[in-house]
Amino acid sequence: MKATLITGRTIKQGMVLESKDSTMYTDANAICEFDPDDMKKFKVSEGDTVEVCSEDGAVFVRAVKSLQSPHKNIIFIPMGPWANQVTSPKTDSVGMPSFKGIPVSVELAKDKKVLTYPELLKQSYGK
Amino acid sequence: MEKHTDVICPFCGTLCDDIEVHVEKGRVMEALNACKLGNAKFMSMNKKHRHLVPMVREGDGFVETTIEDAVERVARMLLDAKRPLLYGWATTECEAQSVGIELAEEVGGVVDSCASVCHGPSVLAIQDVGFPSVTLGEVKNRADLDIYWGSNPMHAHPRHMSRYSRYPRGYFRERGQQDRTVIVIDVRRTDTAGIADKFLQVSPGDDYELVNAFRTLLNDGDIPDEVAGVAKKDIEGALELMKTCQFGMLFFGVGLTMSPGKHRNIDNAISLVIDLNKYTKFSLMPMRGHYNVTGFSEVLTWQSGFPFGVDYTRGYPQYNPGETTSVELLSRGEVDAVFVVGSDPAANFPKKAVEHLAKIPSAVIEPHETPTTYLCDLKIPSAIAGIEVAGTAYRMDNVPIRVRKIMDPPAGLYSDREILKMILEKVREIKNGA
Ligand code: SF4
Repeated sequence: MKATLITGRTIKQGMVLESKDSTMYTDANAICEFDPDDMKKFKVSEGDTVEVCSEDGAVFVRAVKSLQSPHKNIIFIPMGPWANQVTSPKTDSVGMPSFKGIPVSVELAKDKKVLTYPELLKQSYGK
Repeated sequence: MEKHTDVICPFCGTLCDDIEVHVEKGRVMEALNACKLGNAKFMSMNKKHRHLVPMVREGDGFVETTIEDAVERVARMLLDAKRPLLYGWATTECEAQSVGIELAEEVGGVVDSCASVCHGPSVLAIQDVGFPSVTLGEVKNRADLDIYWGSNPMHAHPRHMSRYSRYPRGYFRERGQQDRTVIVIDVRRTDTAGIADKFLQVSPGDDYELVNAFRTLLNDGDIPDEVAGVAKKDIEGALELMKTCQFGMLFFGVGLTMSPGKHRNIDNAISLVIDLNKYTKFSLMPMRGHYNVTGFSEVLTWQSGFPFGVDYTRGYPQYNPGETTSVELLSRGEVDAVFVVGSDPAANFPKKAVEHLAKIPSAVIEPHETPTTYLCDLKIPSAIAGIEVAGTAYRMDNVPIRVRKIMDPPAGLYSDREILKMILEKVREIKNGA
C-alpha cells in the first residue's frame, strides 16, 4: 500500500516521556495508526506487524486502528525513534526535517518482530 | 502531608499555574488539576530506578564516576572539538539556559534548541512578516472564535481548550462555551476536531493552498469549487465566521511547520491574519510544545541577538538556519562533539542525523533514561527543573512564569544550572592553563 506518513504527538506518547526505559514506551510509539477502511482494503488487522518503508529507511511497527479517522491513505506513527527511521532529514534549508507528509509504502510482515528501542538503536547505530 | 498550591506544571507550553500537589514522605501522592501528561510527569517523581551518579561508557556498558570527573570530561570534550554542538534546553529553566549559552560562546560551539525542529520555521516567518500576537489572558477574556490549524491540543496541550479557548468563561465571554466558536483544520479528524463547531479536512501538504484560498476570497478574488481537498462552500463558511467574529484567534501547530512549505505556510498564515484585521480584530499564536522552549529563544536573543541555531565558532554569533541548525550539522557531519541538555535528539531526529551523533563524542545532562542517554558516552543525571528546582519559564504567549520547587532532589543530584556552571568554570580553568 502506498501512503502518506504523518508523525506527531499523541497523549500516550506524552505520558511515557519520563518512562522511556519501560515497555510502555515501545507500546505507545512503535505503532502505526491506519484508517479503518484502509485496514479492510489492505487486509491489515489490529496488532499485525507492518513494515513501513521510505526513501530514507524502513521500520517494523504494530498496526493499530486509528481513533482519529477518517484519513484515507494517511498513516500516523507517534514521534520517536521508530518514526524517525523513515522520516526525511531534508530540511529545505530551514533547519526543520520533513516529519510530516512523507511518501511511504507499507507491507504486511506478520512474522517480523517489533524491536524495543535498545534493540532498534543497536541495529541502526551499532551502539 | 504537604499541600502545595498554585504549582506550575513543567510539561507543555500551556504552563498551567493551578496545580495542587500533595507530597508525603518525599512521594507525590496526587497532582490535582493536572491533565494526563502533567500528572504523568509529577507521578514519575516516584519512580524507583533513578540514576544518582554520572555514568561513563566503557566497552559495551557504563561505569559510575564522580561529578568532578564527569564535569572535567565534558569540559575537555567541548574544548577538544573544533565545532561542538550544544543542543536541547527546552525542559530546563532560563537561568540554566543562560549559563549554557555562555558556555557555547566560551568553547566556540553551536548552540541550538528543539525550536529548530518544532517552531523554528514559525520564527523565520515572524522575522519576515511580523507577529501580531496577544496573551492567553486576552484570548480567554475576549476571543469568540478560535481556530486550531495543524494542532491537536487534545493530545499535546490537553488543558489548552479548557483554560483558554473552548470552555472558559471570560470577561466578555460570560457564558463560556456558548459564546465561543472553534474551527479545526487538520489532515485527520482529530480528537480536537471532535469538539469543534466546524472541521475542515485539508489534504496533506496543501495547507499553503488553503491559506491562499482564504486570502483570495478576502481580497475579492474567486476560487475553484475545491481547494486542498476542501469544498468552496466550507471555505466560504469558515471565512464568514472569521470576518464576522469580534476577536479571532489562530492557534497553529507543527502540522504547518513540519509539512511541505514549512516557514512559508506560516508567513502566509500571518499574512492571512493581517488581511483579516481589515474586518475585525484577529491574532495568532504558535502552540509551543515543551514547557520552556519559548524561554530559550528569549534568553538566546538577549545574549546573542538571535533566537536559535547560533554558531560561535568564529568568536561572534552567526545565525543562518539551514547551516547552523542541528539536523543539518549532524546529517552533514559538520560537528565533532555533541552536548545535550534536557532533550532527546536520538529519539526525535531523523535517522541520518542520529547516525552521526552516535559516532562522535557525546555527553548528556538528563534525569531519565532515554534513547540519547543510551547512545551517548557520558550521562549526568540532574535534579528536575520545575519540581525540584525553581526558575523562570516562558509560556507559549511569551509570558514569563516562575516555576516552583516543591520537593528536594535526592542527595547528590545537582540542578542543570549548577552542573553547567561547574563545566563553565572548568573550561575557563583549562583555558587559563591550569
Ligand atoms: S496542559 Fe500542559 S501545562 Fe497544563 S497540566 Fe497539561 S501538560 Fe501540564
